[in-house]
Amino acid sequence: MVAVLRREFSSYFSSPIGYVFLAVFFAFSGFFLYITTLQTGTVNITSVFSQMFTILIFLIPILTMRLLSEDKKQKTDQALLTAPLSLTGLVVGKFLAAFFIFALGVSVMLLYAVVLSAFATIEWTVFFGNVVGLLLLGGALISVGLFVSGLTENQVVAAVGSFAIMMLLMLIDMIAGAIPIKFISNFIYKISFFDKYNEFTVGIFNFASILFFISFIVVFLFLTIRALEKRRWS
Amino acid sequence: MIEVKNLTKRFGDKLAVNNISFEVSEGEVLGFLGPNGAGKSTTMNILAGYLSSNEGQALINGIDILDDPIAAKKNIGYLPEHPPLYLDMTVKAYLDFIYDLKKVKLPRKSHIAEICEVVKITDVYNRLIKNLSKGYRQRVGLAQAIIGNPKVLILDEPTVGLDPKQIIEIRSLIKRLGENHTVILSSHILPEVQAVCDKIIVINKGNVVANDTSDNLAHNLSSDHRLNVRIDGPEKEVEKLLKTIPGMVDVNPTRMVEKGVHEYVLESREDVDIRREMFKRLSSRNWPIMGLKSSELTLEEIFLKLTMDDVYSHSVALDNKDTGLNNEEVLSGGEK
Repeated sequence: MVAVLRREFSSYFSSPIGYVFLAVFFAFSGFFLYITTLQTGTVNITSVFSQMFTILIFLIPILTMRLLSEDKKQKTDQALLTAPLSLTGLVVGKFLAAFFIFALGVSVMLLYAVVLSAFATIEWTVFFGNVVGLLLLGGALISVGLFVSGLTENQVVAAVGSFAIMMLLMLIDMIAGAIPIKFISNFIYKISFFDKYNEFTVGIFNFASILFFISFIVVFLFLTIRALEKRRWS
Repeated sequence: MIEVKNLTKRFGDKLAVNNISFEVSEGEVLGFLGPNGAGKSTTMNILAGYLSSNEGQALINGIDILDDPIAAKKNIGYLPEHPPLYLDMTVKAYLDFIYDLKKVKLPRKSHIAEICEVVKITDVYNRLIKNLSKGYRQRVGLAQAIIGNPKVLILDEPTVGLDPKQIIEIRSLIKRLGENHTVILSSHILPEVQAVCDKIIVINKGNVVANDTSDNLAHNLSSDHRLNVRIDGPEKEVEKLLKTIPGMVDVNPTRMVEKGVHEYVLESREDVDIRREMFKRLSSRNWPIMGLKSSELTLEEIFLKLTMDDVYSHSVALDNKDTGLNNEEVLSGGEK
């Protein structure tokens, strides 16, 4: 698993993808920081986090699109799947590689907080709650992207496919609102990403939400493993 | 070392591998022959644990590849048809990655250096794989398979894309590896299999059609005693003379190879050696023999004979009648 993780992580920097992802992440988060705090003169950094939700939906597919599809296309999956390595190790290794790049992007928030703390006192607990929320949201979206990447051998299809699913996850509240049947719409609200993520950004550290995101990640990693397993049998 | 029992693999409706069984003992080199789409790569992929079989069993070192894939895969080095190379990595980084991936316990530096020496990639060690030629990529693929010194090597067309000098090098390398590894290799280049392998399995449409040593295969299939002879003399008269030799079954003039020299394919009874008598008679007429070779079936012919459709062999026979061509020529023509 560590071998896969290390290779994937370094491959982000042997192609432009890692740099592009980080650059765009830094640019937008910096922009939101300027607009929402520096310009208006508040230290409330949470709105930066809530704005990042939309940005992630565009950025995460770029991070995950080639994780498994490229292996299938270049036939390097034959090396991975014939090595003494479990599918779980392979999938988790790939997931963590993308997640660490994402975490590298999120780490810039720390810098922002330090900069703001020069002007006023920061509520560090709220801030770290936000960081945890953002990491969980990113992890959940990465697991979706990884799963879609495992279904195809075309990077573009993987990117567009995961983008579509993530859009759906973003619009899920709207969809729920459009359904007149009460218990169905209630059910859909329950899997709303936006609601759960927003709790973090307003400073509520809800364990149910944490558990939700973690289970979401586990389910999609499991589905990815099954998708790879199925390929072997078909 | 490797035991395959009643292996069957279907892709949808298509039967890729049909109930094949064979065994390879330790230290043996097994050649896998067959036309495209015969099921060679599929079988190798199943053995390496990349695909699963629908029915049957594949045991590597006594371990079922489906029951305990990780333990079984520890014994396998696999070079697929397309070497599984990460083009964005240097050879060094790639081999390091494979070393980690296979969880090899041998001393890293000396082990990788030794392998690079063996497959002769030391001079491209620090280059990106995407900048390497096909021959070098193939060798990096081979290096990847050998890392960790696995007991079993599965090599799918290991010499494809190499120049003749490299082919000879790789062949002798495989021969050397065969001394302390169990090797399965597939190839289209039949003399290669003949040169390298102890045993040959011919596979067609997912079925094993022959499983024997290469010498035995040739021996069993050649029933007729056939000679290929080139004689300087008038074609019709030479033919007439040859037919008078006792024990001669058939004389087939094929073509003029140089001015005045014709080639004939002779078939004699198996218990008769016609060569001395032929020499005496021809020399008495002053028609020199310009070339003589026994045309025992080559592996190419064995291969074609075993894998040819009935329909095809029938049409060859008909063609022969019409054109007067001998069977061998049609076959070698078909090969091209």
